[in-house]
Amino acid sequence: MDELTGLSDDALIDRLQRGAFSYLTEFANDDNGLVADTSREGSPASIAVVGFALSCYPVAVKNGWMSRAAAATQTLKTLRFFWNSPQSDQPDATGYKGFYYHFLHMKTGRRVWQCELSLVDTTLLLAGVLMAGRYFDGGGDEPEIRELADAIYRRVDWQWAQNNGQTVAQGWKPECGFLHYGWEGYNEATILYVLGAGSPTHALPPDSFTGWTVTYQFENLLGQDVLYSGPLFTHLFSHAWIDFRGIQDEFMRSSRKDYFQNTRNSIALHREYGARNPRGYEGYDQNLWGITAGEGPGNDELRESYRDRRFFGYTSRGVPYGPDDGTISPWAMLATLPFDAGPAIAGTRRLLEIYPQVCTKDRFSSGFNPTFRKGGSEWLSEGWFGLDQGLLVLMIENYRSGFVWEIMRSCPVIRTGLKRAGFKGGWL
Amino acid sequence: MAVTGPAPPKPDTLDQEDLLRRVRPANWQNPEPKPRYDLAIIGGGPAGLVAARTAIRLGLSVALIEKYRLGGGSLDTGSIPSKTIIRTARVYATTHRAQEFGAPVSTELPADFLKITTRMRGIRARIAEYHSAERLRTLGIDVFFGDARFASADALAVGDKRIAFRKALIATGALPSVPSIPGLEEVGYRTSRSIFELTAFPKRLAVIGGGPLGCEAAQAFCRLGAHVTIVQNEPKFLPHEERDASQLLSFALARDGVDTRLNTTVVRVREEGGSKILDTSNYDAKDSIAADEILLSIGSIANTVGLDPEVAGIATNPAVGVVVDDFLRTTNPRVYAAGDVCMSHKFTNVAEASGRMAVQNAFAGRRRRASRMTIPWCTYCDPEIAHVGMHVWDAGERSIPIKSYTVMMQDVDRAITDGQDDGFVKIHVKAGTDRILGATIVASRASEMINEISVAMSVGIGMRELAEVLHTYPAQSDAIRLAALAYVQDRPVSWLRRTWGRLRA
Repeated sequence: MDELTGLSDDALIDRLQRGAFSYLTEFANDDNGLVADTSREGSPASIAVVGFALSCYPVAVKNGWMSRAAAATQTLKTLRFFWNSPQSDQPDATGYKGFYYHFLHMKTGRRVWQCELSLVDTTLLLAGVLMAGRYFDGGGDEPEIRELADAIYRRVDWQWAQNNGQTVAQGWKPECGFLHYGWEGYNEATILYVLGAGSPTHALPPDSFTGWTVTYQFENLLGQDVLYSGPLFTHLFSHAWIDFRGIQDEFMRSSRKDYFQNTRNSIALHREYGARNPRGYEGYDQNLWGITAGEGPGNDELRESYRDRRFFGYTSRGVPYGPDDGTISPWAMLATLPFDAGPAIAGTRRLLEIYPQVCTKDRFSSGFNPTFRKGGSEWLSEGWFGLDQGLLVLMIENYRSGFVWEIMRSCPVIRTGLKRAGFKGGWL
Repeated sequence: MAVTGPAPPKPDTLDQEDLLRRVRPANWQNPEPKPRYDLAIIGGGPAGLVAARTAIRLGLSVALIEKYRLGGGSLDTGSIPSKTIIRTARVYATTHRAQEFGAPVSTELPADFLKITTRMRGIRARIAEYHSAERLRTLGIDVFFGDARFASADALAVGDKRIAFRKALIATGALPSVPSIPGLEEVGYRTSRSIFELTAFPKRLAVIGGGPLGCEAAQAFCRLGAHVTIVQNEPKFLPHEERDASQLLSFALARDGVDTRLNTTVVRVREEGGSKILDTSNYDAKDSIAADEILLSIGSIANTVGLDPEVAGIATNPAVGVVVDDFLRTTNPRVYAAGDVCMSHKFTNVAEASGRMAVQNAFAGRRRRASRMTIPWCTYCDPEIAHVGMHVWDAGERSIPIKSYTVMMQDVDRAITDGQDDGFVKIHVKAGTDRILGATIVASRASEMINEISVAMSVGIGMRELAEVLHTYPAQSDAIRLAALAYVQDRPVSWLRRTWGRLRA
């Protein structure tokens, strides 16, 4: 990987962005627009990855990796699929009440794994749908893109998802009804409440968002003021689309911060944690960090160096409360580019220098654990995950040009949703 | 007064007989009731005992009626036995980690449960001395053993005796709640009242309920060598604690080998091949748990069994027990209540404080409000989880802006040297001020550390002053000073401004 580390910063970033984007085309079904959750054999589609893919096609057009016509064709196929696929309470439908199941069969587009109708993942899909609706403002295929994007968004029944409560349930299954994971405190769901509030048909009431923010914890942790959430991705997902610089909701007004600043501070917290490395894991450093949700080495226990070292499988890892098993997500540092470019680039370079195996075909693997060794080599998640690749494409683009933010700032749904959720100031 | 009797036994040979001799003497003769008592107390648990002593100090005549054993659930089946067993479980956990500390000790599992419960009984009997019937009689309290019920608005009946009162206090405590799970009664279960009476150590224990009692027992039995599964029907353990504390507890339980099942309900219990089988449902996922014993710990309900409160015009309500106002008075102006029978926080410290408060309100012309109590509490897992004052959501609901200052135990020197660096000290401060509104501490000895915050809150010490208080070094409680220091470092500008203001004044 000397080849990568020898590049200039700009060239390196370009290369990695293009590499990430190529996942979305390589692992897509060109008949229906679905994109595989991971590169692994038999992986189903993840609706969230499709949302990222829809947002990335305009980026690809802008960067000359795809023609506008090809991007429009792929987008239209995707939107037609989501508009026409079965919506019902049948266990093998594609969605219900306008929401979609988390994982769909790549070919049939039906629910797999008896998975849940997912609010957050539907939100990420809708962000892509709305972005497509804003970007494709021309003729040809493009008017239909706009119509379908609008129709898909309007169909979503956010109020149903409140299940007679103030906040929303996190999921639903035909087998057992609503699922509540006990959301408490800040997480990646800001964009969910914004899209829910912006709906012209089934809008969430304004107190739904505040019903969630009342559980926020504004904390001074390791010397950083943060609206706390442990996993790094929670500080990134909503920001892939929404430019939170300078706009404030009631909570941020009272704290005299904004969500963008909060992500910056959270990054500083992650770096400080990397420097302190309280559990003594391999590799951790102020310039090597990235603890978030993702795959891990699995349920193994090591008691070496007199430390309780348990390793987890797929889980949501966080800082500083844990869990932390020495697993980092190699893509995570680069995904923080728009917030604090210096550490993002320095960390990414350090990672590529020490552990070049985390990047193959210019794509970062999802998880890496240099503490956990089997057969002489450090544990590395197999293949690539679509979410990581999609997020990287958007975040790198926002860093370079603010392109995604700019499109979404003009999106009426986003503007209305933000205002109804109490956001004011800045570009609003 | 000369007390005759056998020589007091040595503490390490104290047993069940010694306990009973103290808290339920077999040959006890109930006294002949006085024509009228200033205060009649129903229930000799923590609330009743404190109330009785408080009343005696005020020079009042006191009748104390206990149905079962003096000391109440706290001594008999609650705090004392459970903390004794937890201590042994900690020893096992430490020896299990002995190599980590360079001490090559190993402990065989499962533990010798008989030895452990023998120790527990000895300790319980020792502590019982402070609550013994004989001691209470010496203080001038008329102790009656028997079932009390209200005979009228100003008199109780205990057996064939009538106890007339000017004022009465209901301190009858609470009983474990039992859910209606099909098959549970038939298969059999234990509650906090009977779990420590086990004679054989269960190889497999299923705990229903992830509150404080359930989590404590699950961890302790696991550490003593049982295979423990804990089933909680909510998304987190300790639903009354904040997410980060509950999460750390989940990790700790899993670390010790407890099989944790969140969002899971027990839908049926059955017997199969000598095992108790719990059929569970986690949304659409069905599963079964096999166990030798089932511990129910889903909370408790006020105990008004056989009390006939309505005869005295005392309102009760299934949700809260005996209905009291903020001064602990029932709907009968002569009658007060204290402790688990009326308080939403069913803790021994609250029972004692409310017992004292009720007597002071009834006789000493005080108007102390129950809602003003600053209540610290703790779940005695490892690490311990302690809280005092407001939670973030309490402040949010009252629109009080709040900021929390957190120090991780992994950054506290003494926690590191002790190998006890799981946890945190989190102090909630009213934003823009120095005022402490509450705190959560997760640490090996959080039960001790939280009291420093309680003191600060009670006397109004703010973060700035706390940061100036020298703490021993190294000490785990130094984490509290470090949190206060984070506050000071976070607000240098206002500090300068204030100092400047003082200098100019």
